[in-house]
Amino acid sequence: MDFNLTDEQTMLKDTVQRYLADTYSFDTRMKAVHSGKGWNPAVWKAFAEELGILGAPFAEAHGGLGGGAVENMIVMEEIGRAMVLEPYLSTVVIGGGALKAVGGAIADAVIPEIIAGNVIIAFAYAEPQGRYHLHDLVTSARKEGAGWVLNGHKSVVTSAPYATHLLVTARTSGAQRDAGGISLFLIPASLAGISRRDYATVDGGAASEVYFENVVMGAEHLLGSVDAGLPVIEQIVDEATAAVCAEACGLLRVLQATTLDYARQRKQFGKAIGDFQVIQHRIVDMFLEVEQAVSITLMATLKLDTADRSAAVSMAKAKVGKAAKFVGQNAVQIHGGIGISNELSVGHYFKRSTLVEALFGSVDHHFDRYERIAID
Amino acid sequence: MDLNFSAEDVAFRDDVRAFIRDEYPVELHGKIDEGEELSKEDFLKWHRVLAKKGWIAPAWPTQYGGTGWTSVQRYIWSEETASADAIRLMPFGLSMVGPVIYTFGTAEQKAAHLPGILSGDVWWCQGYSEPGAGSDLASLRTKAERFTGEDGKEYYRVNGQKTWTTMAQHADWGFFLVRTNAEVKAQEGISFLLIDMKTPGITVRPIITLGGEHEVNEVWLEDVIVPVENRIYEENKGWTCAKFLLAHERTGIAGVAASKRGVERIKSVARAEQDGGQPLLKNPFFKRKIAELEVDLAALEFTELRTLAGESSGKGPGPESSLLKIKGTEIQQRLTELALEAAGHYGAPYFRSFGEGDNESAIGPDYSRRVAPTYFNMRKTSIYGGSNEIQRNIIAKMVLGL
Repeated sequence: MDFNLTDEQTMLKDTVQRYLADTYSFDTRMKAVHSGKGWNPAVWKAFAEELGILGAPFAEAHGGLGGGAVENMIVMEEIGRAMVLEPYLSTVVIGGGALKAVGGAIADAVIPEIIAGNVIIAFAYAEPQGRYHLHDLVTSARKEGAGWVLNGHKSVVTSAPYATHLLVTARTSGAQRDAGGISLFLIPASLAGISRRDYATVDGGAASEVYFENVVMGAEHLLGSVDAGLPVIEQIVDEATAAVCAEACGLLRVLQATTLDYARQRKQFGKAIGDFQVIQHRIVDMFLEVEQAVSITLMATLKLDTADRSAAVSMAKAKVGKAAKFVGQNAVQIHGGIGISNELSVGHYFKRSTLVEALFGSVDHHFDRYERIAID
Repeated sequence: MDLNFSAEDVAFRDDVRAFIRDEYPVELHGKIDEGEELSKEDFLKWHRVLAKKGWIAPAWPTQYGGTGWTSVQRYIWSEETASADAIRLMPFGLSMVGPVIYTFGTAEQKAAHLPGILSGDVWWCQGYSEPGAGSDLASLRTKAERFTGEDGKEYYRVNGQKTWTTMAQHADWGFFLVRTNAEVKAQEGISFLLIDMKTPGITVRPIITLGGEHEVNEVWLEDVIVPVENRIYEENKGWTCAKFLLAHERTGIAGVAASKRGVERIKSVARAEQDGGQPLLKNPFFKRKIAELEVDLAALEFTELRTLAGESSGKGPGPESSLLKIKGTEIQQRLTELALEAAGHYGAPYFRSFGEGDNESAIGPDYSRRVAPTYFNMRKTSIYGGSNEIQRNIIAKMVLGL
């Protein structure tokens, strides 16, 4: 057993951490939020060219660093720590993960473009009626000639306003909630018949409602096999969920540390509020939640390539989701009024951690999934 | 003991229902359920209707404009207004400074200020918290120095900063706790001043909160000159008024009727939301959380009723009201958590589009429009009015004798 990072992994962590500490301050982030774009393209360019981190989980043959899930975990925790807006999750973890899973010519063609920072992928999987059930799909792709015709509406597609490509789940046969009959497509965001309603999200990011109206897709846009997409989708969503848990660990570490600092500085009744036992125990409980979140995220990440993958990921997301609520709410509570003002970073970490709590499934959803898989 | 309302109470309830049905301003319908930010005019529309009817201040003694209702009738009133989705009036005049003025004020002060509170012509704000004085309110430092003016009259010169001042952007007058003696124990050097917000030297600056709302403000006071006649009660006895007011603020803070309405609303949302091909309300986990809320709400309701029964038998609201504040706000917060959860993916979109104003229509279902901002915003309830930690201290000390 060895929980140590390799030298390369340590270097990756240090590189990302240092870069973000030097260039990605809270004020800089808020400038990007208020720019009306919800991201900063220059940061993405730096990720690709200066840091080379967009290749972290890809094979060296594709120009990557030869890493995998642990590398994604490392980067995502730092992304959480700095509340990075840029789309590492949807492009590298999810888009890249799908390409790695299916392999072949499309992977050979697109992965190097991801690494270079030229391709940005948004994951269009959620639908208004589907909640967190990946197979509850109304969006359909109808076979026509050698290709497909896509119709439907995808909900809250993060990063879609500036994505070059959309990774779309669609029903190619069967009924609305069948496990079979689902396929995965990677299409240019500019195809005719795609329209969007763009908006900001409450955490400062950007997303869209995406509408497909008779979008003609060539055969080359299909990822993997027809009608058998669900296992791949479940795999990449599990990988994404583990990555989101890592992001949450970064967010929660900052929330806990910021709260600890505040409790030391803020004086009421003639002493630091951190001198009151009720506050001490609350911060201790936050600390306990964070440490457990980090542990279970590591467990899930290390099990992504095993038969326990789904159970492990649901355990992690249920635990991390609960931790996110507890730590976020108490960080605000201990800060008092200024925890609710938009001026301090703590409130923004709380907003992001609130969305992370529901991303790819709520606490209830993942307890339910874990029960179904693991408890007879 | 009797769980049922008397025949008179039932008749009263029917009158109240008919009145709300006929007189509640049509244009305000749905504003609370949608979680809309309310304008000053929104509040005043309903205020004026109630003022005209003489029902604006049910808790006040009749000689000052109260309704003379029993505590049960007041309870019915709050139930009915909440279940009709009526907006809650701002408490600063009616529930806070009004009772302080008729309890501690002089005849002149009552004549000068109570009519404007009842009519709604004067909008009040509360100048209590300071950057350094939150939970430890008595440590406040805004200073009022007494001097004799060139006209021979007595004045205070006020300097300092207040914060979290709710709706001060609309306020005509404010009631302020200020330090008039720094030499004595903190609580013994505080006075309670009424200040005209148009007085030179007052600056109100907005604080934007997590959901993007402008509800609270910083209020800066720089050489603000206040006539001594604007002081309520004796100099350095302001803490007595403040404690009275804080106890007053806590009754009604349980918000039982509004929370009941909130539970019904979430149930209707959960009937509309789909989860695996069936309504979310059928999801056993979600359903259990609704059940837990209803159980806790019933316990809170009957705790409040016991408190009311105590009040009508002559006991004033005591430190037990801290229980209502803690449990009431926890339930209000859980409601907003559940609403956000029910909205699923559609909790994420922000209702303000990039830069320019509100999104003209909701991104997802209408009920999802403000669930996240409301969840963020309602974290305030366990912080304001004496944080829930402070309320627990009060119970420990005053109720349990620890």
